[in-house]
Amino acid sequence: MKASLKRFKASYFFYSFKRDKVAMVSFIILVIFLLLSLGAPLISPYNPYDSASIDIMNSEIPPAWYEEGSSQFLLGTDNMGRDLLSTMFYGLRISVMIGLGAVFLQAFIGISVGLTAGYMGGKVDAVLMRMADIQFSFPYLMVAIFISAVFQILFGIGSYEQLAVPLLVVIIGLSEWPVYARTIRASVMGEKNKEYVEAARVIGLSRPVIMVRHVLPNTLTSVMVISTIQVANAVMSEAALSFLGLGMPVTMPSLGSLIKSGFEYIFSGIWWITIFPGVFLILFVLVINLLGDWMRDVLNPKLYKG
Amino acid sequence: MFAFIVRRITQAIFVMLIISMVGFAIKNKIGDPVRDLVGERVTPEERAQIRDRLGLNDPFAAQYIRFLKNVTKGDLGQSFFYKKPALDVIVGKAPATLELVFGAALIIILISMPLGIYTALKPQSTLSRFIMGFSTLGVSMPVFLTAIMLIYIFGVNLHWLPSYGRGDTVDLFGNGWWQTGFLTLDGLEHLILPCVSLASIMLPLFIRLIRSEMMEVLETEYIKYAWAKGLSPMRIWLVHAFKNTLLPVVTVFGVQIGIMFAFTILTETVFQWQGMGYMFLEAVERSDISLLIAYLIVVGSVFVMVNTLVDILYGFINPTVRIAGRK
Repeated sequence: MKASLKRFKASYFFYSFKRDKVAMVSFIILVIFLLLSLGAPLISPYNPYDSASIDIMNSEIPPAWYEEGSSQFLLGTDNMGRDLLSTMFYGLRISVMIGLGAVFLQAFIGISVGLTAGYMGGKVDAVLMRMADIQFSFPYLMVAIFISAVFQILFGIGSYEQLAVPLLVVIIGLSEWPVYARTIRASVMGEKNKEYVEAARVIGLSRPVIMVRHVLPNTLTSVMVISTIQVANAVMSEAALSFLGLGMPVTMPSLGSLIKSGFEYIFSGIWWITIFPGVFLILFVLVINLLGDWMRDVLNPKLYKG
Repeated sequence: MFAFIVRRITQAIFVMLIISMVGFAIKNKIGDPVRDLVGERVTPEERAQIRDRLGLNDPFAAQYIRFLKNVTKGDLGQSFFYKKPALDVIVGKAPATLELVFGAALIIILISMPLGIYTALKPQSTLSRFIMGFSTLGVSMPVFLTAIMLIYIFGVNLHWLPSYGRGDTVDLFGNGWWQTGFLTLDGLEHLILPCVSLASIMLPLFIRLIRSEMMEVLETEYIKYAWAKGLSPMRIWLVHAFKNTLLPVVTVFGVQIGIMFAFTILTETVFQWQGMGYMFLEAVERSDISLLIAYLIVVGSVFVMVNTLVDILYGFINPTVRIAGRK
């Protein structure tokens, strides 16, 4: 453990991280976001899911620095009388949960498909990649919207809302796996003719063992790079679906559904229900994207930005 | 070249078959055509009779082939809510969406070209850094948030621009089909915010693309030669360099226009724009499955057609694609 920590400290990865201010600031903000989402029940002043503590008389109170604001609610309250800051922390928690879950699912499907297609080649490759290509030619958001629409009709709105978290993970996972499949396949194609694979084959290891234990670890760099960007994408997709009313219900809002519920009030000048969660979401996605960009540059020195 | 075109078209037809199969399977599984026809107040016996008469008890394959035959005749089923053929409903809503996409495309072209060229020529200037920083921010902004913020600033606070609907429209062909907003002042005002928000998703991408292509071209030998000949900088930048960055940009543009259709669902929801995307969400709320499937098939074919066309055009321009095949 100590040795690997020392090795990490001496690595080029850590060295360039220390020298890049943007990456460091983004990383710190990201860690704060993750802590907030993990510790939401401990940090937030109120529990937005506890209907007993919510008073509808408190609804639509502006942020504390306004005259009508109340020092009880720092960022004001939403249309149901929930403390906006607490609801945002819980919303972030849901967004992060769905984002990570969806990326795990995408990665699982994509890596299995890409690894099999790339290593097996031939007909298996042609069939699998044709499938990925067909789905890839449609924008993933469109696919996600369509799958969720079908699910919503299939389950009925009531039970869809109860199952919303696992369903959204499945929807976003299913709509974006081709990205992984293509990337993994490309790196497997580059790896599979190298000597170490040849050596593994000569000593008589079985195909699945070579694929998983030998080829896969050498493609993980590209997995890491796309995973960061994909988390950002998944969080954005979740927000978009929730905004369209195809995602999280208002009783258990993610950032997207919070923005949606605030949008109905924006014409009467109640801006905080929309803008605060919005800024929160943008900042979260922005730091992930910045980190992803930086990581791509460091891990892939051939691809220097112009 | 001929073989290449044939191969691409076969692929396109294959993809369309798969889409129609998915669409039909969904319809078959969760749709209820008897309800679409007669509503809820019919006895179960009569329902069973109608089911039998409509051939809904036939095997899946037979029903699918019948569905395909109808599709080739332009019959995509009956919309439950509108009591009209689903295709008619979609065609009626298409002009609004097309105008939105057209307006957004116009904005993208007009803004991304000068900004892309400028940031390529002066990569170190403060303005360039500002533009590039802004485009990173733009990538991280969901389109509905851009739209909401525009509405809040220009609609609610400043009262400069209207924030929903299409405003006054003019009947273009005299048969009530294409109501255009481009010919009245009010219609144009209503177009500005939706088009700007739709354009905002693609703008960062195109600025970056034009910038990196342009910077690559500026390093080439023939540009150095043009400088040596003593041509004016404007001529070198715009005629010699920019013309050669256009090819990849145009290709990407063709594909991205299709992707913009997906984002019209979000933009139209925010602005209550009566187009195809708004219709789609209403259809979801009303469980109007025939209309959903019709939308899937129409949008799917638009996509496949655009992709195929771009590929074939690209094959004409760049012969290496034809030989290698697309992978």
